[in-house]
Parts: sequence; structure tokens; C-alpha cells
Amino acid sequence: MAEILAGVVCSHVPAIGAALDNGKAGEPYWRPLFRGFEPSKAWIAQLKPDVVILVYNDHGSAFSLEMIPTFALGCAAEFAPADEGWGARPVPVVEGHPELAWHIAQSVILDEFDLTIVNKMDVDHGLTVPLSLMFGQPAQWPCRVIPLAVNVVQYPPPTGNRCYNLGKAIRKAVESFDQPLRVVIFGTGGMSHQLQGPRAGLINPEFDKRFLDRLVADPQALARIPHVEYVREAGSEGIEMVMWLIMRGALDDTVKEVYRFYHVPASNTAVGHMILENVAPGAA
Amino acid sequence: MSKPSEFDDIPGTLVFDGERSRQGYHLNMFCMSLMKPENREAFRADGRAYLVRFPMTPEQAQSILDRDWNRMLELGGNIYYTAKLAACDGLSFQQIAALMTGMTQAGYAEMMLHGGRPIEGNRSKSEWDRG
Repeated sequence: MAEILAGVVCSHVPAIGAALDNGKAGEPYWRPLFRGFEPSKAWIAQLKPDVVILVYNDHGSAFSLEMIPTFALGCAAEFAPADEGWGARPVPVVEGHPELAWHIAQSVILDEFDLTIVNKMDVDHGLTVPLSLMFGQPAQWPCRVIPLAVNVVQYPPPTGNRCYNLGKAIRKAVESFDQPLRVVIFGTGGMSHQLQGPRAGLINPEFDKRFLDRLVADPQALARIPHVEYVREAGSEGIEMVMWLIMRGALDDTVKEVYRFYHVPASNTAVGHMILENVAPGAA
Repeated sequence: MSKPSEFDDIPGTLVFDGERSRQGYHLNMFCMSLMKPENREAFRADGRAYLVRFPMTPEQAQSILDRDWNRMLELGGNIYYTAKLAACDGLSFQQIAALMTGMTQAGYAEMMLHGGRPIEGNRSKSEWDRG
């Protein structure tokens, strides 16, 4: 039986990918950020998951206004890094896990979460930056990745509650898969940031820190935060944090916080990162 | 359906709801077209002629030609799409963010290094009106 061992949340700022790709990770501006992910790289290298389910959002790369799926699950064997207008990131092609992905799609759709099944999808910085932060710059990614793209660009995104419950359905799906796979789920995006208009540059560390605290101890309260509160308190793009609730829903009610890191700024954004482990893997 | 009006009190912020999405469809799809190198070349060669391919309003086309980043958003543009125009121009996200806030790039970068724009005083339009 497959099992979800842990969850990871982290921001997916494009400038982080550009800094790595252009050899700027050692510069004073970026060094503290990458240093903050060193313990996480060691942690995941030791854990050696077989599969990462990576919750992220597409930024007008694979999808556009022509088609806006609320939840799109990548069921392909591989996903190419997207050309976002300045050439694709020089990172390995992402290998999927079609068997598990199809199993998840089937299970959660029958559980009344009507995902879109995607067999061709380039993946942009939303997916590749978290992989780079957690795995560095390998010649190939050390595990399979199942992308789950969530619409957070076109209002309305799914509610936090819907995301949290989808996480629970994904967990049920994974645990009913009859291969002994070790799975980690990533929730990405956030934390507070606003990229548009006269209020651009907004950062709210109090909101972010309280969000991290509640993500550990009281996710059900987080699931009730309305969209308007994210936009007002965490900036128009801070709404990406609803995606973290999919990760949280897929874990035990009680989890162990293994690591936390918070850093301002990465370009326009507050970077938040946390690792949560199920207390007794396999006991559920 | 458009968004509930409680969003309207948030200062300096436009929520990309269905109404804006309909209004800005062609403007945003123009931006999307710049993902292809041949389109970027055609747009750079003759912006006005290139824009004719997209049935947008004259105001929208003018906002693009003027590189009026806030106006594009007001006319239905979405920041993730207008950012593609910025990339085509060789501008970083932080550069257009500075332009949209009316700050210099150095001033904006400095603000971010010191923790960003604070939430205090930036929650409600009433706070901006007072300021």
C-alpha cells in the first residue's frame, strides 16, 4: 500500500529559479534564502520518496484564458519545463507516475471531486522552483512527480475548505493504491505578496506566521478563511496559500513540525517553508 | 458573476473576476501570444500593426502601446499576462511593480529589502483617503 509520509510547503517565486539557473545563489541577496533550504534538502535526501504530489498553479503557461480548470491532475509519463517567454528553465524533464495519477483521478472523482485529467502539460516555475529548492540541481529529479495544478489566477479560486477536503480525498486515494510507494505532498505558492497595481509589494509577516502556526495546529480554522481575507491581508497573490490546504488535508490531524523557515524578500514575495510529518506513518 | 463588493474596499487592488476576464480577454490573449519568439519579433517590429490581430478596444491597444501597466489592469488585464509583455520588453517583475506603484525602481527595491509594504494603513480605501 502506498502511504503519504510527509508534507512540504514552500513559495515558488520565479526569481528564485532564475537566481539558481544563472549561478547567483551565492550572492548576498540570495544566500540566506538558499541556506534556509539546506536542512530541507538533507531531510528529503534521507527520506527518499518515490513520488511527490506537487500542488501548484500554472501562470498562463500550460493554460491560458482559453481554458481554466479549477483542479488539473497531470497523468502523463512526463512533463516538459515550460518556456515562459524567456526560454525554458534548464532543469530536467519531470517524470510523472501515470499509474498512481490515474488511480488518484479515478478515486477522487468517484469521491465527488471532479478533477480535470491532463495528459499533456508543460510545467512552469510554479512546479519547478519548489523541486529546485528541495532537490538542488541534479541531472535528473530523484523521484516521480504528479502535478496538481490549481486555478488561483481567475476569480474565484476554490475555497480553502474545498482544498482541505480534496487533500483528504487524495490521501484516501493514495492509501488505496496497491504498490508500496512512499509519497510526499508539496503545497506551493504564497506567502504574502501582491504583484499588481499601486499596492504592489505588500508583505504581512504577522499573517504569514500565524498562518504557519495554524497550518500545524488548527488547519480547520484556516480552511474557513474567506478569499477576501487572503486578498486584503496577504495581497492579491497571497491567495495562492489555499493550495497549502490541499497538502495539509492529506496529512494526519496531528502532525509533527520538522522544520520551518521564513524569509523576506525574494523579489516581491515573502517566502514561507515548512516540513510536516505524519506522527505515525502507516498507522492510519 | 462578479466578485462580492467587499473586495472593492481593498486599496490599489483589482480582483480578476469574470467581468474583468471578459473585458480583458483579447488584451490578455495578446500578452499570451508573446510566449512565441516569432510573435515577439512581429510585435517589436510594428506594435500597432501587430495589435490589429486582436479585437480589443482602442483604449486597451493604447494602454499597451503606452506601456501604462495600471491602465492595462483597469481595462481587464491580468498581472500574470501583462508580465509576459514586460518580459518581452526585457523588464523584470520588480521593475513593473515599481512602475505600478509610482516608485522608482531603487526605491521599490529598497522597500522590499526592508520588509515590503506594511499592512498597516493598506487594508482599506478609507485609510488611503486619509493619507
